[in-house]
Amino acid sequence: MTTATIKRRHPERPVWEEEPSPVGKGLKGIALTGIALAVVFPMWVVLVTSLSPERVINESGGLVVIPGELSLRAYEQILSGGTVTRAVLVSTGVTLVGTVFSVVLSVLAAYGLSRRGSVLHRPLLFVFLLTFLFGPGLVPSYLMVTGLGLKDSYWALILPSAINAFNLVVLRAFFMAIPQELFDSARIDGAGEVRILTRIVLPLSKAVTAVVALFYAVGYWNAFFNAVLYIDDNSMSPLQVLLRGMVLQGTNPTGFAGPTPGTAVVAPNLAIKMAVVMLAVVPALLVFPFVQRHFTKGVITGAVKG
Amino acid sequence: MPTITDERASGAAPVTAAPAVRRRRRTPLAARLRRDWPLLAMTVPAAGLLVVFHYIPTLWNAIAFQDYNPYAGVGGSAWVGLGTFERMLSDPGFWDATVNTLALTGFQLVFFFPIPIALALLLNSVLSRRVRKVMQSVVYLPHFFSWVLVISFFEQMLGGAGLLAQEMRELGMEPLNIMNNPETFPLLVTAQSVWMDAGWGMIVFLAALSAINPSLYEAAASDGAGRRRRLWHVTLPGLRPVIVLLLILKLGNALSVGFEQFLIQRDAVGAGAAEVLDTYVYFQGVVVGDLSYGAAAGIFKGVVGLVLILVANRVAHALGEQGVYSKQ
Repeated sequence: MTTATIKRRHPERPVWEEEPSPVGKGLKGIALTGIALAVVFPMWVVLVTSLSPERVINESGGLVVIPGELSLRAYEQILSGGTVTRAVLVSTGVTLVGTVFSVVLSVLAAYGLSRRGSVLHRPLLFVFLLTFLFGPGLVPSYLMVTGLGLKDSYWALILPSAINAFNLVVLRAFFMAIPQELFDSARIDGAGEVRILTRIVLPLSKAVTAVVALFYAVGYWNAFFNAVLYIDDNSMSPLQVLLRGMVLQGTNPTGFAGPTPGTAVVAPNLAIKMAVVMLAVVPALLVFPFVQRHFTKGVITGAVKG
Repeated sequence: MPTITDERASGAAPVTAAPAVRRRRRTPLAARLRRDWPLLAMTVPAAGLLVVFHYIPTLWNAIAFQDYNPYAGVGGSAWVGLGTFERMLSDPGFWDATVNTLALTGFQLVFFFPIPIALALLLNSVLSRRVRKVMQSVVYLPHFFSWVLVISFFEQMLGGAGLLAQEMRELGMEPLNIMNNPETFPLLVTAQSVWMDAGWGMIVFLAALSAINPSLYEAAASDGAGRRRRLWHVTLPGLRPVIVLLLILKLGNALSVGFEQFLIQRDAVGAGAAEVLDTYVYFQGVVVGDLSYGAAAGIFKGVVGLVLILVANRVAHALGEQGVYSKQ
């Protein structure tokens, strides 16, 4: 009798905890499935529709839930030149350049602020921390960026949001947790600050630097409003702006390469729209395995120590 | 070498600590600069960016007290004192936006705030590690989407050409378009926020849950406390500091309920439902071009937000909680 009850218990369940009732277990299962479906189902529908040819879309009356025949025509069409291709390139370029720029500046500043008692340590730290308390407001920021002549410049999408004090605090907390002895011995060996940073500090904080890079990259990729404010030239629009125009405002961007001579099949309009949505999702999916491993741990420990 | 012995001495004998500190302070600035200039040089570029894109624009809020003319600049524009603020406070459009903002914040406080807590409790009670991990990844994912993307997904599900309308049409019903109905708009934006951020908001509660000492549960259980009693007397007290902290932050942000989310959907549901303070600032300041007015509304928002967060923090201290910051 007793062995049977012990066997049925989940190995992770602590001894003092009661076995849940079957009804409770069932409800929990339903809740978990429902939550997972609520997140995944819309993405599934959009993905399947983007891969469906005209016939399947017409049969289902629009969005496709159950995949039939699949084709990559929509993706081929939008990525073979034209507005979407250009927007993808713009977004990718801004994200890459912006992320490198932000990470380099943030790592340098976090290291520069990581030693208590250095010259101007406290006032400089305050310059960063005070940004948590208030922002300059939309109109003055707009005046500043346009006043610098950054309108219709990709730098307007990078410079104003290049430094995030939160990321900086996370990096600094990690740098400060590195044992002092490592710095001392490096200094005795004659290493300068730059060498200590590149040879000792950075190799030890690869994970947290990657997490910060990710934060910045996601921010740049998703940035929408900066482009609305500062980019008037449509040919410079990033993907998010184009996505809004196509999917939410119903504009049909001209300038597709169109059916290339010889290929008679044209991807249906809806599939093209859904393909653009999927393109905007891709970076989030790419960073995801990484997020799983480092993100939460890095964010929480960093925030607590900071 | 001498500095190392100095520090050792001051650390070992507390009596000599004070003179040691004073002696270190007396290190001439020139010597400290010679030692620390690389650190300064590393910090300056990032600090400079903040000065240019954060602090100098903050000063430019002064145009709220002017009848600002972009061609004349701050120097050439006439000062009008509090005139712009008076105009703003007697403008019904401004009050509509403020009321909308507060209503939406209140709505989200009731319908969004508890969900990450419930989600964390649910996931925490799942024993299988694999299920827990898969669920976590699934609910985090939308946090990395942009607002345009989130709203695009909602449009495809609930909009006029979305899946819901499509199925209703097939069943011969009048199709619903939830995406442009101003009456259900608060519910819609809250649902969007939940879809996007509830999973991410859960992380901090999961961390707080894992910090609760399991022996508390064991002691409670052996004293005869059932599930509900343990939840009430062990789990919730363990979560309380985090809940208070997040409530304070939420209160401090009461006037910024979100911007892009409303800007993007303002066309569909109309300004009556979707105009919040942030979009109001944008439309009055940048689109209409009344820069002084936009700056004034921005200042109002910033100052009220700052006061709110200080008050809320004070209240938390009075209730014996830690709050966002403390004087120590």
